Formats: sequence, C-alpha cells, structure tokens
Amino acid sequence: MDNETILEVKEKDGLLIHQGVIRVPYTWAAGAVASRFYAGLRDKKICGARCPKCQLVLVPPKKTCHQCFGDLNEWVEVSNEGSLQTFTVVHYHEPELHPIKPPFAYGIIKLDGADTGMTHLIGEADLKGLREGMRMKAVFKEKPDGNYLDIKYFKPVKGAK
Amino acid sequence: MDRVAIVGVGQTKYERGKTKNFAELVYEVTRKALDDAGMGLSDIDNVVTTTNDFYDGRTIACMAVAEAAGSYGRDATNVEGDGTLSAFYGLMRTLSGVYGTTMVTTHCKLSEGSPRKLFNQAFDPVYERSLGMDAISSCALQARAYMHRFGVTEEQCARVSVKNHGNARNNPYAHVSLDITVDDVMKSPMLAEPIKRLDVSPISDGACAIILATEERAKKAAKKPVWVRGVGHCADAYRLGERDLSVSPALEAAAGRAYRMAGITDPSREINVAEVYDAFSYMELMWYEGLGFCGQGEGGKLIDSGATQMGGRLPVNPSGGVLSAHSVQVAGLARIAEAALQLRGEAEKRQVPGAKVSLAHGAGGICAQTHCVWVLSN
Repeated sequence: MDNETILEVKEKDGLLIHQGVIRVPYTWAAGAVASRFYAGLRDKKICGARCPKCQLVLVPPKKTCHQCFGDLNEWVEVSNEGSLQTFTVVHYHEPELHPIKPPFAYGIIKLDGADTGMTHLIGEADLKGLREGMRMKAVFKEKPDGNYLDIKYFKPVKGAK
Repeated sequence: MDRVAIVGVGQTKYERGKTKNFAELVYEVTRKALDDAGMGLSDIDNVVTTTNDFYDGRTIACMAVAEAAGSYGRDATNVEGDGTLSAFYGLMRTLSGVYGTTMVTTHCKLSEGSPRKLFNQAFDPVYERSLGMDAISSCALQARAYMHRFGVTEEQCARVSVKNHGNARNNPYAHVSLDITVDDVMKSPMLAEPIKRLDVSPISDGACAIILATEERAKKAAKKPVWVRGVGHCADAYRLGERDLSVSPALEAAAGRAYRMAGITDPSREINVAEVYDAFSYMELMWYEGLGFCGQGEGGKLIDSGATQMGGRLPVNPSGGVLSAHSVQVAGLARIAEAALQLRGEAEKRQVPGAKVSLAHGAGGICAQTHCVWVLSN
C-alpha cells in the first residue's frame, strides 16, 4: 500500500511501537471566488468581495460574509499597498513547512480599500525594523501558479518607517 | 434549565510518549470516572467521545475508542473539537429527557504524529496553508497584536508561565512542573516573537472522562454532586485577518451567556477559582479580560497584582493549566474535571480552600477561534 505503510517496529518499555507514514493524494476545488481571485493575481490585480449588506470588503474574498451572512458577489479591486497590522519574526526551523528559511516574518496586511487583513510572508525587509502601521507592498511572482504564493510576499514600501 | 451534575471524573497523568494506545487510555479514564461516581457501566445511558482524525492518524477515529468508553449497545456519538464542546453536547443530551447519565471522554496522543504539520492542516488549503504557519507562529501574531495594543509586556506573560509551571508542582497529573523565574522565561529560546520556549505549552498525551447526570440520577452517585450552573459557547471568524486579534469577542460572548445562566454579575468576586485554556502564556492574560476578571487591556496588571496566584483573590489554573499539560482535545475537559475537584474539596495540594463557585474554559481553532465557558457550583 502506498498510502500507509508500517516502516518500522520499535520497542519502548517492553511494548511495540509501529511507525508509519500517511500520504494521501487529495484535490481541493478552489471554488468560484478563489478561482477569480487567482485570475486577478495573474494580471497583478488584487481583488476582494464587497458585502452588499454591510459593505465590508473582504480580501482575500470568500463566498459568504461572516458578519451578516450576505452573499458576496460584488467584486472590487483594492490597492497592492497597505499597512502592517501585526507581525511575528519566526526563529525556529521547520523546513518541511516554511517556504523560506528562518529568521523570516509573517504579517497581517490590510490593503488600502480592504476591511480585512491578508496573512502573508514578509520579504525584502529589515526584520528588526518592522513596525505596526508600516506601509507594505505586494511583490508578485513572475510566473503565477494560481495559488496563494502568486503573491511572493509583502515588502516594506521604500522609506517606510 | 433543569439541574445537571458532574458526578464522576477521571484523568490520566499527562506525559509525552505514552505507550498505552488510544483505547487503553480511554478505558483507564472511563473506569476511573465510574469508580469516582460509584457507578457501573450499566448506570451509563449514553456516550460522547472526542476525536480528531488527523491527530489520531485514522479515519472514523471514534471507532478506536468507542468500546473503551462503554459504547457497546448504547447510543454513542462523537465530537471533533475541544473536550468542553463534547461536554456541552453531553449536557444537552442529559437535558433532553432521554438520558439520565452521559459518559464524556476525550483522548489525544499528538506526540505520535507531527504536531506542527498537523496544525498547519487547520489552514485553508486554497489560501493560507502554503504559508507554513502552525500554532506557534499564528499565535505569535495574536500575542503581538494584543500586547502592542494594550502595552502588555513579555515579562507579564512570563509571570503566567512562572505561576502555572509552579502550580503544576502540586498536581500529580501535570506533565511539566518547573521552579522557574521570569528571567528564565525571558532567556529561553525565542521561537516566534514575542513567544519564547517557556511561553509555550508542551505536547502531552493523555485522556480525561467525566460523567454527567440529571438531578434524580445524581442522587445515586457516591460523591456529592457538582452542579452545572451556566454554559456558553461562541465562535469568531475563521481567518485571522478578519478578526481583531487583540481582543476576544467570542470569549466575551461565551462568558456572558454562561454568567447570565448562572446569575453571575461580578465574575471577579463571585468565582472562587478558574481553570482556563492557556496554550500560550499570553492567552491567560487575554482570557482574564474576555472572562471579565479585569477590564480590557488589564490582564497584565491582574497577573502583576498576584490576584490569580494560589492564595490570591481568584486563583487561576491551580492545576498548572494547559501550559503544564497540553493534551490538545483533552485540555478543556481536564479544566472541567479540575474545576469539579476544587468544589468537592478533593484537589489535594492544589486545593483552593473553601471554593464554592468554579469556572472552566476551553478553546479551539486557530488562535482560539471558539470558546466554551462553564460555571460550576456546589
């Protein structure tokens, strides 16, 4: 079996421990909303959904407004720039998870025109100089793949403090 | 609400790398809870287990523990989430009028899997998952948002770690008990700013069970009943960027519902002891605020005042809390078990003298998206 194989039997305190790996191929339908969001990134455009009831602009977009349960079908383009809401500098190594080597930063960036923040990587930054409210700009991947890393990361706008 | 009591509790010791399998762990606590209640399995009308297929490394994971929880021949159901939610479901079943007693169990052996990779699977595969975040890095965003907004310091968070790891020395079930100082926490390795090694809960294996009973059936139990006075549960938005991470409106709502049901108007005066879900040290300070133990942004001042340490006005986590034993889905139910032991006066070296009203809090999801609050009394 490819999906779950007992690789090794170990012993601890006189009892057996079976060690294996679970590897299960899967597909996830991105849905109409995320598909359109990623289509926008191909043209270096970041699009959000505006709730017709409460006017909340959600970036990245989703199908349903969590606040008022409105059906989100109005699209708005927001700026590639925004402000840093919060961030963390990661120091531990988790090479199979982290897309880049530590130390690096994650941040939540609220783009101009959006009401929600985008959680993402921060790049091309002096990690010690990051501050809440700092102006940040999206850096797009040259050849987009249709996924979240089509924005490579957000970087501080030149001269931003 | 009709009266429902907790009549039996059972816990394993929490530790990493237990050699007992899921069923053995669940059998241990089911047996302990029955013995505690002076009941036999024939006294149990229905069963609620708690599993997570990813954590357990198998699908339909409830089937691995159902028989060990006494489900054979009974109505047995399962919850995927924190143990406080399983107990919430068990409470509803007990209140339904169909069942006089409910066995609630939960287990977790996250040490057998890959905790950081598994937690990463909680993120949306179509959006944020590829960022590689896990519990530590995502909670670091929340910690910073909270601390920056209210001027809470890393030293104040460290005081929670010192207090709870110290309290754990009085709890035979705790996984990590430490005699440490604020300086020790501050000098522990930085993981994701501002979270350091000693601000983080351990990965603990373990299990917990409680038995809920209607008033009539509680009369037949061996121990004096601990009454459920109020419960509340509330969920926030899923995505971090859609929440104000510096506050916890979901906890405020859950606590408000539980307090209204229990008739609590001044929680910091009326509650004698609390067990809260402190997966990270900063969380305990945020939860003080969400639970109304102090005003918004005053969690740091509350820990500084000493009010929440043993001997203080409102001791929080006499057991050592989740910082001292984090068996993920078990942790909330363990809070309920500990809060019940306090009211029975059976918490031994961790007993808060004369406790009459206790609170238990559970949380689940990325940066505690959901909260469940229980108010118990004699």
